[in-house]
Parts: sequence; structure tokens; C-alpha cells
Amino acid sequence: MASKEASRTSPRSRREPEGRTARQDKYSVLLPTYNERENLPLIVWLLVKSFSESGINYEIIIIDDGSPDGTRDVAEQLEKIYGSDKILLRPREKKLGLGTAYIHGMKHATGNYIIIMDADLSHHPKFIPEFIRKQKEGNFDIVSGTRYKGNGGVYGWDLKRKIISRGANFITQVLLRPGASDLTGSFRLYRKEVLQKLIEKCVSKGYVFQMEMIVRARQLNYTIGEVPISFVDRVYGESKLGGNEIVSFLKGLLTLFATT
Amino acid sequence: MTKLAQWLWGLALLGSTWAALTMGALGLELPASCREVLWPLPAYLLVAAGCYALGTVGYRVATFHDCEDAARELQSQIQEARADLTRRGMRF
Repeated sequence: MASKEASRTSPRSRREPEGRTARQDKYSVLLPTYNERENLPLIVWLLVKSFSESGINYEIIIIDDGSPDGTRDVAEQLEKIYGSDKILLRPREKKLGLGTAYIHGMKHATGNYIIIMDADLSHHPKFIPEFIRKQKEGNFDIVSGTRYKGNGGVYGWDLKRKIISRGANFITQVLLRPGASDLTGSFRLYRKEVLQKLIEKCVSKGYVFQMEMIVRARQLNYTIGEVPISFVDRVYGESKLGGNEIVSFLKGLLTLFATT
Repeated sequence: MTKLAQWLWGLALLGSTWAALTMGALGLELPASCREVLWPLPAYLLVAAGCYALGTVGYRVATFHDCEDAARELQSQIQEARADLTRRGMRF
């Protein structure tokens, strides 16, 4: 009987070194897309590669807002290649906000953790296993990728962009004291129920939406861990950061300052 | 309390303390040397804060990490991805 037990338990402990609970975790990646025909196959390929190499249970939910460039067609091909249990297409008719995209995506998510990221290859999926490791290490409610700490960084930014970024972040840190080093970043891992709660409470748009999520998380006493990430900006040349963006950022920042 | 409220309270507290001390309102007879320092203190602190801000942002810009290898790695992975996906039937 002792030998039977030994043969029963040892193969199991060799196969599941992290215990059964790790197997039950499922990670849903929400990918809101608009005109990402070029990048979508690449980001999905990188996601599949990262998850498979780490043996993580995952699904990718693509929320396309009626892109006119054929993103939907490319998404359907990916669904055929990787299977509709891994690639979930949940499109919308037209371009609506990011917050509503997350809400829409979460309705169909079967994972207990949600990962949000950009679909334009500025965020690399190779960091996701590190997010997961960090989350388990500290049992965090949120893990946020940061470009400003550790060996986090950027590629493709000129001096002016860096100055604006660091300057804005400094002002944000002084005014809001948020307890996280990168507030405008959008590469994060959330517990599903935490993300749901936060989206309910957030009212802003764009950069400020991402900032508000962290600030509200602090208010609700959620714990936040950070992982340094590299941000590869390939679209900066198309001047994403105009005067308008800066003005609306400052307006949003002051609103958060005055209301939270 | 909102962050704005915290700042206003803090400034009000420090401001009133400074005003009380410099005007001698509390009946405190401070030596002249103390008063000489106290009177311009807010201005000094403002300038110091400004220098700290500029210095910190300048330092952080200078040490902003440039991820050359991340960009290179991404480029080669893009090639790999396109090849693999084409093999699997992807029409780009």
C-alpha cells in the first residue's frame, strides 16, 4: 500500500510543481483595436508565444470598433488559426470609448485575471509572465508596468518627448502622491473583480482614465505592484502628443487633484 | 479629504504660523537674526522647490533608459511572426 501511494503522489508532484491552484488561474487579455490590421497578427502571435512557453492558461479577447482597414478580417483568420477558445472576437459597430471596450470585453471574459495592453506592439507580451509572478509574490490586486523605474524604459522617444513625459509624471507625483511610478501607462494586470469595480467609478477619458484607475484603486485600498517594462514607440513619428493632448492631460490632472 | 484640500490646509497652517511669527502676533520676542531669516523664508522655499523640481526632472530625463535591444528583439520577432503565420495560412 505504501508503494502504491508513493507511485500515486510522486508523478503528480513532479507534473504540478506549483500546486493545483496555479492551474485554475486563467488570464484574459483585452485587446481593443482600431485600425490595427498590420499589428494585430503580430501581437497575437507574441501573446500566444509568451503564454504557451510559460504554460499559462489564457484567452485573448479582441474588441474591434468597426475598423475600416480590415482588422476584423485579420482577427477572423487568427481565430481560425489558434481556435475560438483562445481567440474571442467581440467586435462593436463603431469607435466608442476605451472604458466601454473594457466593460464589453469583461462581459465575455472567463478568466479570473484581466490583462490590458496596447495592440500596437509598444507593449511586449514577454512581460506578462513577470506580471503574473509579481502578482503571486505580493498577492497584489493590480500589477502595473512602469517605464520609469528599475530597468524600465522607452525606445523611439526624442528629448522633447522625454522631457514632457518626465515633467508630467513629476507634477502628477507631487499633486496626487499615487504610490505608483507610472500613472499613464496602460499595460496592467488586474484581478477581474477589481477592474470591474474601478471602471464603474472612473469618469475620465484617454490618458487620464488610466491615471484615474490607479488613484481610485488607492482610495479603495487595493494593493499595487510594479514591474519595469520597455515601451517601444513606433508611432511617435505620427505626433501623438500635440498641444491639445497636453492641455487635456493637465485639465484631467487638476480635476483628479480637486476631486480625489 | 481631497488632495487639494490637504494642500490648502497645509499651506494655511504654514502660512499662518509664518505670519504670526513674523508679525510678532503671539507676543514672542524673537531675536532680530531669527526674524531676518524667517521673513523671506517662503520665497526661499519656493525657489528651492523650483530648483529641486528642475533638478529632479533633468536627472530623470538624463537617466531615462533607452531600450535599444528591446527594439531590435521586436524587429526580429516580427520577421519570425510573419513567417510562422504565413506558414499557418495567414493572408497579410
